[in-house]
Amino acid sequence: NKVELPPPPECVCVKLSGPASLPAEDISTNSNGPKQDSLFDDDPEDLFAEATEEVSLDSPERDVLLSDGPSPAITPITPPCSLITPHIDMFTHCSFDEIEEEEGGDSFDMHISVSDPEKVGDGMNAYMAYKVSTKTSMSLFRSQDFSVKRRFSDFLGLHSKLASKYLHIGYIVPPAPEKSIVGMTKVKVGKEDQSSNEFVEKRRSALERYLMRTVKHPTLLKDPDVLQFLESSELPRAVSTQALSSAGILRMVNKAAEAVNKMTIKMNESDAWFEEKQQHFDNLDLQLRKLHASVESLVCHRRELSVNTALFAKSAAMLGNSEDHTALSRALSQLAEVEEKIDQLHQDQANADFYCFSELLGDYVRLITAVKGVFDHRMKTWQKWQDGQILLQKKREAEAKLQFNNKPEKLQQAKDEMRELEGKVQQGERDFELISKTIRKEVSRFEKERVKDFKTIIIKYLESLVQTQQKVKNIIIIIFSISY
Amino acid sequence: GEPHPGPRAVNVDLQTDATLQVDISDALSERDKVKFTVHTKSTLPNFKQNEFSVVRQHEEFIWLHDSFVENEEYAGYIIPPAPPRPDFDASREKLQKLGEGEGSMTKEEFTKMKQELEAEYLAIFKKTVAMHEVFLCRVAAHPVLRKDLNFHVFLEYNQDLSVRGKNKKEKLEDFFKNVVKSADGVLVAGVKDVDDFFEHEKTFLLEYHNRVKDASAKSDRMIRSHKNAADDINRIASSLYTLGTQDSTDLCKFFLKVSELFEKTRKIESRVAADEDLKLADLLKYYLRESQAAKDLLYRRSRALVDYENANKALDKARAKNRDVLQAETSQQLCCHKFEKISESAKQELIDFKTRRVAAFRKNLVELAELELKHAKVT
Repeated sequence: NKVELPPPPECVCVKLSGPASLPAEDISTNSNGPKQDSLFDDDPEDLFAEATEEVSLDSPERDVLLSDGPSPAITPITPPCSLITPHIDMFTHCSFDEIEEEEGGDSFDMHISVSDPEKVGDGMNAYMAYKVSTKTSMSLFRSQDFSVKRRFSDFLGLHSKLASKYLHIGYIVPPAPEKSIVGMTKVKVGKEDQSSNEFVEKRRSALERYLMRTVKHPTLLKDPDVLQFLESSELPRAVSTQALSSAGILRMVNKAAEAVNKMTIKMNESDAWFEEKQQHFDNLDLQLRKLHASVESLVCHRRELSVNTALFAKSAAMLGNSEDHTALSRALSQLAEVEEKIDQLHQDQANADFYCFSELLGDYVRLITAVKGVFDHRMKTWQKWQDGQILLQKKREAEAKLQFNNKPEKLQQAKDEMRELEGKVQQGERDFELISKTIRKEVSRFEKERVKDFKTIIIKYLESLVQTQQKVKNIIIIIFSISY
Repeated sequence: GEPHPGPRAVNVDLQTDATLQVDISDALSERDKVKFTVHTKSTLPNFKQNEFSVVRQHEEFIWLHDSFVENEEYAGYIIPPAPPRPDFDASREKLQKLGEGEGSMTKEEFTKMKQELEAEYLAIFKKTVAMHEVFLCRVAAHPVLRKDLNFHVFLEYNQDLSVRGKNKKEKLEDFFKNVVKSADGVLVAGVKDVDDFFEHEKTFLLEYHNRVKDASAKSDRMIRSHKNAADDINRIASSLYTLGTQDSTDLCKFFLKVSELFEKTRKIESRVAADEDLKLADLLKYYLRESQAAKDLLYRRSRALVDYENANKALDKARAKNRDVLQAETSQQLCCHKFEKISESAKQELIDFKTRRVAAFRKNLVELAELELKHAKVT
């Protein structure tokens, strides 16, 4: 599955012998491919055996490692300046606030809504079609107000394409909503009840949030796949939805994490910014997951409470009826009435909590997984660069040997290979610097969005809370003023 | 163990009478038992002192209750229902689970949950003390039962009463007795009573008992949901607090604010659950037991009626055969006397039961409503 890569065409991707490589990286435009593979496959363990010590990104120790050769005849090799010069210094003194986008966040003029869920077809082949309407004044689009029909797998397809293009170079691609077999089956079977209606509404809302997050990203907005998704009336059916499910994407992202864990050269982060951010996101991940779980549990228990309160109310009313002392039976009936009203409020409050807070938390739990994936990709990029350097060193040693043994034909070949490798190593370094820069910008954007999103939801929640409390107060006051 | 001063009786409105006042002034919770300090103030001549205390355990309360039930003399009274066994198992289990999970939560979370569970333990403790006290107060307020010798021994004898719990054989006997009783109960219930009052009471009590049982079960479920929700809110408040302290953006203020809010909400929800528990659940449970005791009274009366009717038949037969007539006459008179005695006292008992019941429900419901109003105002 050949995928177009945004980086410059001269980019040569080297296939890692490790088990975890994203499909995008499998493309090797280098004709020397097979030969390189064999070099790699030759004692893959050995290649990294000497590199098990902790190597700092820009520390002088690396020079020692690289120049530590078995043969004294080898000219001490000064590694290219780029290996030791901390280019990274440029960023270490900037807080993420200073690396800002020029485009003003508030003047973002685009609004997408997902609406009118419609069941298309029958039985197990049925699906829900959603209307995706866009209103914008941006010149990027053909018109200012337009809409298309899309189904769930179209959204998954869009995300899959964006993920494969942008994740590995450091862009935080918003994850698509989760697949749900149970939810969809109910819809397909035609069971129209409260829970299936809720499911459709939940999904519609999630799809809307997904699209808004995607288009708010300045780079993703300009992507042709996004434009096509929003504008074109016909969209080629996304194939192999198995691979396109959020879980599938998650697995791809996790493979990057696996690769990082299997790294034999431990990357000792000397860039404090990245270390701090990694820690920050690890903590956030933990806390948000915990919070999300508790919120979902609360919603569940509140629902139970309202059911049980209603049951009790009926039971109390029955008790009131059998009591033949009229004043008492009136009191019991009023109690039943109050309980019933409070039950309704509990239900309302549960719904309010459910949609706003829980959904946002779910979104962010998934988003942070994407963020962590992007950090892992940076590590992989670094690893690739390091691998290239090590290989280069070996080649240099081999070349020196050849020179010593005076084998001119092989020497020329070796020199050619080395030149090529040098190019790759330089590209590897450029890639690493690019991804680091991209991640800084992305994290800055992400944090701003996170703060905005949470503030909005929290304020909304507090407002709904105040309204509910007021209602409860009013009702209780009314009922008991009557009884007194 | 935790010493705790006993609360005043909450469920029943009793006339306090200077001649005999009983309360539980103290209680100690040990590993697997609770020790109640029963405190008596009395001007009656049969006691050695005017004021004295003894220590009693749950089994001794049960012994006293059973001695009333087995006493034929008291067949015509509603025997105050025995207090339920103190049950801290669930609470202890939760505390243990918390201890095991200590490593997986922050210090603040652990402290908070521990406080919650300790409060729960204390609440259960208070409740069991209240129920044992109510039992004693009911007995002390009853014109006949208060004079019972066993009761005086219970109050005064300052050594262990050495009442062993029922052994397996006795428990089995009890079980069969109850089975027979309920079968009989069905039979007897079918016989229409000549007396309108009792006929009405029978119908009423059967229905009432079932509905109280239902309401009690449902109120328990409702209160448990409340508690579960309160636990969740507690966890949410902790998570938000941690998020707030960890966040370096100005979101931290928001998180901390919402955490505070959830903390307040939790306190209120817990309070509401506790109030409902006390005013509603305990009330329903108590009247479940007492309506059963009233049903038992009706049963005993029915049995006496059946015995009386059988004795009548036996007397007719004896007269017809002109054999053992005197014996049959005596037997018939005894049965008649027993039946009439029971009927007379049962009538009064059932009227008193209604008065007590109505007063207790009214008091508790009003208090519950006032509390809910107070909570609503606070939020």
